[in-house]
Amino acid sequence: MERRQVLKALATGLVATAGFGLDANATPEQAAAIIKNLVGSGEVMESKVHIDAPAIAENGKTVPVSVSVDSPMSESDYVKSIHILAEKNPLPEVISVHLTPDSGAAELSMRTRLSKTQEITALAVMNSGAVHMARQTVKVTIGGCGG
Amino acid sequence: MSGKQRVKMPKTATKGEVIKIKTLASHPMETGFRKGKDGKPIPRNIINKFICRFEGKDVTVFNLFPSVSANPYLAFSARVHKSGTFEFEWTEDGGASTKLTKTINVT
Repeated sequence: MERRQVLKALATGLVATAGFGLDANATPEQAAAIIKNLVGSGEVMESKVHIDAPAIAENGKTVPVSVSVDSPMSESDYVKSIHILAEKNPLPEVISVHLTPDSGAAELSMRTRLSKTQEITALAVMNSGAVHMARQTVKVTIGGCGG
Repeated sequence: MSGKQRVKMPKTATKGEVIKIKTLASHPMETGFRKGKDGKPIPRNIINKFICRFEGKDVTVFNLFPSVSANPYLAFSARVHKSGTFEFEWTEDGGASTKLTKTINVT
């Protein structure tokens, strides 16, 4: 996956959001379009990717999310990028990480905002072009996208 | 770029070891979706890029979006083969950036 593809996907997201005004939330369709852009014509496998996030988040302003991918991270077999999507946030993208074999391990911990109860998606693009995915539902008591 | 940045990582490691790096930057990560008291939207201002480099070479590059919480915390890994300097760079909307360096002694 190339950076310009992500930018293109983001631009599409921005345009779509602008059309609905400031309070609009992204739709799962938008997230699906971004996923499709990342995956291309290949197949998505629901394996190798692990999401660690709370089942219930009291405060949507900071929800700890960890993603790890099973990979030896060697020169010949490594994870090229990890993408986290929150399909019901105003913009579905949360973070895109571009890794190299020197990243050592395909893992990431961060804190995300979640506007409402939703499913988070983590995608991992391997250097071979294969795409792996995992999803987890997080219940949000108080939304965290302001407004 | 205003605000403080912090990086926590080991000072020493053995050759080929995978180390853990934890970073924290103080930043409001203003989404651009919120409205101020005057009813006008508050302009977006987020850290949109974070790069971890070793000896001038990009190791891991992060693209951040408004969904990342304020004061972005990022924890990740890196494999070290030799002693050297890690450079961390945060870039916000508008292009202002801050760099922080940490050296590691690899035996």
